[in-house]
This record gives sequence, C-alpha cells and structure tokens, in this order.
Amino acid sequence: MALSSKTTGETQIITVDAARIDAAMAIQFKEDMRTQTADGAGRIILDLSAVEFIDSSGLGAIVASMKQLGNGRRLELAGLQPVVAKVFRLTRMDTVFKLHPNLDDALASELE
Amino acid sequence: MKRQGANGVTVNCEDGRLEVAFPAVEAEASRAIASLHAGLSNLGLPGQKTADIKIVLAEAINNVVEHAYAERAPGMVRVSVLDSKDYLEVQITDTGHPLPGLKMPDGIPASVETDTSNLPEGGFGWFLIRTLADEVRYDRRNGQNLLFLRFERTKKADRPQ
Repeated sequence: MALSSKTTGETQIITVDAARIDAAMAIQFKEDMRTQTADGAGRIILDLSAVEFIDSSGLGAIVASMKQLGNGRRLELAGLQPVVAKVFRLTRMDTVFKLHPNLDDALASELE
Repeated sequence: MKRQGANGVTVNCEDGRLEVAFPAVEAEASRAIASLHAGLSNLGLPGQKTADIKIVLAEAINNVVEHAYAERAPGMVRVSVLDSKDYLEVQITDTGHPLPGLKMPDGIPASVETDTSNLPEGGFGWFLIRTLADEVRYDRRNGQNLLFLRFERTKKADRPQ
C-alpha cells in the first residue's frame, strides 16, 4: 500500500498514492496507517485525492485507522472523488469524519 | 474482443456485454473488479449511474470471495454485464456455499451514531447493494449461486409519463 507522509506544524499529512482502496488491500492499509501514525501529530489529514474507488472494506480500513489512533487524536479526510464521497455519504460515515474538498482547504481550516 | 489476461482474469467485451471469470481470491477479484469498472466507463451511462454500478459490483463480488468459498477451495466466479437500451443487467455465479437460509441478508447497516471505539468497520455490503441496485434477485440452482442485479439506465422519475 503506497502511503507517504509529511508533517507541517501540528498536522501530519498522509497521502494515499493508489487509485483504489479495496478488500484486497484493506488489511495492509490499516497496518500501514498504524505504522505511519505510530507517533506523532494530534491531527492527521488523509489525502484521498488520488483514490478513484473505495469499497466497504476500504471504508472499514479507514474507520479502523481512526479507531487505532486512540483518544484525543483526529483523522480528517481530504479530496474525496465522487464515488468515494458517495460511499461515505450512503454509509453516513460523512457524519463521522471531518471532510475537506482538498488538502489546501484542510490545511487552511486549521487556522480558523 | 476476447483476451486471457496474464493475471488469470478473462475479459470478454462484445457489443454491450462484459464478461469476466476469475478464481475466488482477493487479488484476482480486485483485478476483475478493476477490469469491469474500466469496461463500465465505456458504456456511455450517466456518471452517477456508473458510480452506483461500480459500488454494487465490487460489494457483490467481494461477498462471494469472502463468504461463498469460506473454508473450501476457491472456485471460479463468473460475472456478466449486459447493457441494453433501457437497463443494465448483471449476473454473478459461483459454485460456493449457498447464502444462509437461501435468502439475501436484509442489509441493515450498523448505526454510526456511537462512540468512535464502537464504529462499524463492516457490514455495509448488502446495504449498498440493496440501496443502489434497482432490482436484486438470488437463486440457487444445480449447486450454483446466481445473483441477478438490474439497473435502470435512467431514473424512473426522469422518464416521460
């Protein structure tokens, strides 16, 4: 699973460098997210702008990634493409995560 | 056009028809779903409808891989998509376990109005299938599971009365 990470100030940005997050990679995604977030920022933005498709297993892996962060740390999502946004909306997970149209908006919202 | 992919996924695309056959393991299913999604994008459907069909196909195929061949050697999964003027019909067949009670689950999703630690990480598959497909039927015949999915090409409300 291709994840890359950088930290700016108090915010860690994790970018998914893959077009799909599906059942075949869900477990690896969760484990890689655990590694990436092992120590660090209280606020994590997952940049999904490269992701064209997600299935319910991929969605579950993102939920699991937030749960494993523990108390007081936030996982926010940026750049959801239409099909990805639809899966979040139908499952009502759009009410669970803070969603940003893109990474720039996500970073700007920190300053509010 | 028919080609045997190097990955074991057979894709057959003729006029208005897509077919794939693959062994029921996650990696093969992932490639097959990606092939079907690419084919769907070429059928000239409205974007929202294409999105719905992509989501349902992935969930229905993942269900087969996850449940039908649980604790037995993975058999083949065959998927055909037939596009006609008014609707698109999908048939998925496998030779795995029948659905429990020979019926499709209701697909009522777990609530997300709960503490973070209790959020559901799964159980959305049948909910998505039932929500997005215009018709879903299941049948068990001669040791095979058959799932029929039907999508209207245009929403009923959009049609002239």
